[in-house]
Amino acid sequence: MFTPHTTQDEKEMLAAVGVSSVKELLSQIPAELLYPALHLPAALTEQRLTAHMQSLSAKNKPLTSFIGAGMYEHFIPAAVPALSGRGEFLTAYTPYQAEASQGTLQTIYEFQSCICALFQMDVATASHYDGATALAEAVLAAKRITGRAEVIISSLLYPHYKEVLQTYTHHMGVKLVEACPTDAGILDIPALEKQISAATACVVVAQPNFLGYLEQVTAISRLAHEKGALLVAQVNPISLGVVSAPGSYGADFAVAEGQPLGNPISFGGPGLGIMTAKKAYLRQLPGRMVGVAKDKNGKRAFVLTLQAREQHIRREKAASNICSNEALCALNAVIYLTLLGPEGLKEVAELNLERAHQLAARISRVPGFSVNTAAPFFNEFVVTCPVPAAQVIDKLAEEGIAAGYDLGQTCETMKNALLVCATEMRTEEDIAAYTRALEEI
Amino acid sequence: MENLLSIEKSRSGRRGVRFEKTKQPATAYLPDDLLRTDKPRLPEMSEFDTVRHFTRLSQLNYSLDGQFYPLGSCTMKYNPKAYDKLSALEPFTRAHPFAPESAVQGTLQILYELQEMLKEITGLAAFTLQPAAGAHGELTGILTVRAYHDAHKNNMRTEVIVPDTAHGTNPATANMAGYTVVNIKSAPDGCVDKAVLQEALSDRTAAVMLTVPNTVGLFEKDIREIAAMVHKAGALLYMDGANFNALIGLAKPADFGVDVMHLNLHKTFAAPHGGGGPGSGPVGAAAHVAPFLPKPLVEKKGDVYTLRGKMPQSLGKMKAFYGNIAVALRGYCYLRQFDAGTLKNIAEKAILNANYVRAKLQGKFNAFFDVNCMHECVLSIDPSKMNGVHTADVAKRLLDYGFYAPTIYFPLIVPEAMMVEPTETESKEMLDAFVGALEKIYEEIFSNPQLVHDAPHNQPVSRIDEVSAARQPNLKW
Repeated sequence: MFTPHTTQDEKEMLAAVGVSSVKELLSQIPAELLYPALHLPAALTEQRLTAHMQSLSAKNKPLTSFIGAGMYEHFIPAAVPALSGRGEFLTAYTPYQAEASQGTLQTIYEFQSCICALFQMDVATASHYDGATALAEAVLAAKRITGRAEVIISSLLYPHYKEVLQTYTHHMGVKLVEACPTDAGILDIPALEKQISAATACVVVAQPNFLGYLEQVTAISRLAHEKGALLVAQVNPISLGVVSAPGSYGADFAVAEGQPLGNPISFGGPGLGIMTAKKAYLRQLPGRMVGVAKDKNGKRAFVLTLQAREQHIRREKAASNICSNEALCALNAVIYLTLLGPEGLKEVAELNLERAHQLAARISRVPGFSVNTAAPFFNEFVVTCPVPAAQVIDKLAEEGIAAGYDLGQTCETMKNALLVCATEMRTEEDIAAYTRALEEI
Repeated sequence: MENLLSIEKSRSGRRGVRFEKTKQPATAYLPDDLLRTDKPRLPEMSEFDTVRHFTRLSQLNYSLDGQFYPLGSCTMKYNPKAYDKLSALEPFTRAHPFAPESAVQGTLQILYELQEMLKEITGLAAFTLQPAAGAHGELTGILTVRAYHDAHKNNMRTEVIVPDTAHGTNPATANMAGYTVVNIKSAPDGCVDKAVLQEALSDRTAAVMLTVPNTVGLFEKDIREIAAMVHKAGALLYMDGANFNALIGLAKPADFGVDVMHLNLHKTFAAPHGGGGPGSGPVGAAAHVAPFLPKPLVEKKGDVYTLRGKMPQSLGKMKAFYGNIAVALRGYCYLRQFDAGTLKNIAEKAILNANYVRAKLQGKFNAFFDVNCMHECVLSIDPSKMNGVHTADVAKRLLDYGFYAPTIYFPLIVPEAMMVEPTETESKEMLDAFVGALEKIYEEIFSNPQLVHDAPHNQPVSRIDEVSAARQPNLKW
């Protein structure tokens, strides 16, 4: 049983409360609502449950994955789950009682610090649900800050991010306008220049973009700022080991899906929403933040701070309704970044870069397949196949390979286009097996 | 000794994890203007130093595994270890949301069956697992309401009514959905004042958000009449199900007339809180509202599970992917380990434990509402009769006795509130020890009030000046 009460306990407790049964404690519930029929499966012992879950897990097929599109398979050092899985971290609540939660609070402070260093930004929050909701919250903040309603978004945001952005903003008076790409798979700068105006709250750019290509962010940043608009950058945190950081090109907000930093994919959740900003926007940031304080003896201590922005204080006037975030995923990320350090992060980013370029080079030698290399890319790129991408995916699945993301599902004219990713997890053998399988199509 | 930050332990050149070297430098692949030129200021530590560092930090925490954690409204019940292990099975953690569906049938089957079980428990017609947390579930629910009204051309419905006992997330949620919040005062008995509600209801009302049981630990006794009033006004009834642990197996929200609600898998369904998340806030809807839930839902077509069903009236997406799966897997484990009878027993024991604490403390720390409670009891103190000791002091002193503190200063309608939710997994011995600690603190308030004022005394740090942090924020190294 889940409850520890013995019959004797129950008897004594009921007597202390002054009732003869628990049912007497339920007098506020109308009797006709009480104890409805409930049809649930029979209870399993832990042993049976284990076997049951193992058999269900076996229905998932292990594929060598070349899929990215927002969730990336990376190596997770053993120390990451070993440390974050400690019950003292895992089973604590939000650190409301700071004196008894210094461990959690310090890890969040270290997370914020590592993220600011990596992104070259001034402030980072304790986390958001995922990259998409962090992006939506950044856009809403940009609207509040500028008092402008029009938001220019790159058409090369992840399509699922665009959908979330639409959901979060369309009741809030935000008008989303898409900026178009060139054939190279990056934004068309002259066209973008014409779109940005004094009505633009912010320009949202993905670096790398949905198709894997790196944008001319410095130029985009300049164009946005010239018109008094903010720049919101959505980045891949691993790429920042080699690619210029959003702070270096003047991003006002930079957000990311932090899953690649030490968190498993888990079918897309939990993710880790990373939200950073320039210092000037600190009080417009939604969500928890940890700061340094002093205890009454002058000793350094950590607390949740600037809570006057948050829902439990401001209620309907809060910057957001966010309460629970993804603290444990942020813990994984800070442990990961601490283990890797600046050199390790650079190494893993370089490895991604090299494996993806090796894969691109090999695919481009397969007859009938071509790779778009008109713009620089990090660990993901577009392959044009001689047949619909869906067919390639089906065929390679038979070989135990997840071939990539079918771009045909986002755009009819891209039916033959496949978005392919290689992280450091893909060995040279994996890459060879992939191209061999393509050759048979 | 101060606890050093990792960056203060960092030594240039020290390394934890290494990766293979590449054949060529990044300059071979990327143009110079896109390359990072600085070295980010991350700690440089060995793996062993890192392990020591975070192990030490973990020891500076109270946690459910270590301490009684009677945090009201948070349902800190035991989180079974088996669920951690089973949710981390590699085929689950490696599953990619864009993998061919034939390769992720195990995950999809679990999600489908969880949706079905949540439907059965609540009596509602459909459930989505997409929301990442309770507040995210609220936003999902209220946007579902909005999509429903939009489809019915109810454009004049611009208000959401929220009682003053609600969690802060409720009014913040309504605001985030573009609604105007109408706050209403509760009746002296802690429940909704029907006359006040009737006054507030109009053809501008989109929804009423009710927490059941409410935040003072009481079941809304007039729930069915309230639902009828809400529906008569053409509005929908939203139920915040954060406190559903007290009702599971005892009553079904659909029977009350609830149209939309959220549950918290990290509360009621025994998933751990992780120091503040990830959570999971599934949202259920009655049949007339179900088509407006976020897309997609897991559907079963023959023997195949799929997320590809069409939902033309859906509000859209709330999150990049379908929910916090690792949390949902734990919720599924919970519902497979305990049958209907056990769930009922769980709710009953949660209620018994809260009432036991309430009864035992009577005369020293009284419940604000002198009635039987559900899953939690809300105590209140009067500092003018307690040597100037406030709730915060009692909370900090409890830490010295080895207990985490209850939720304090909430709900707002109770002065100096202390919200105690023991949950069903605490034994009578633990509750007696907790009551004993509070009784000792009560004595101390009169014998040595300074001791209580100055608490905590044995924590890693003493009382923190929280205002000092906000004045000149130091948010990073």
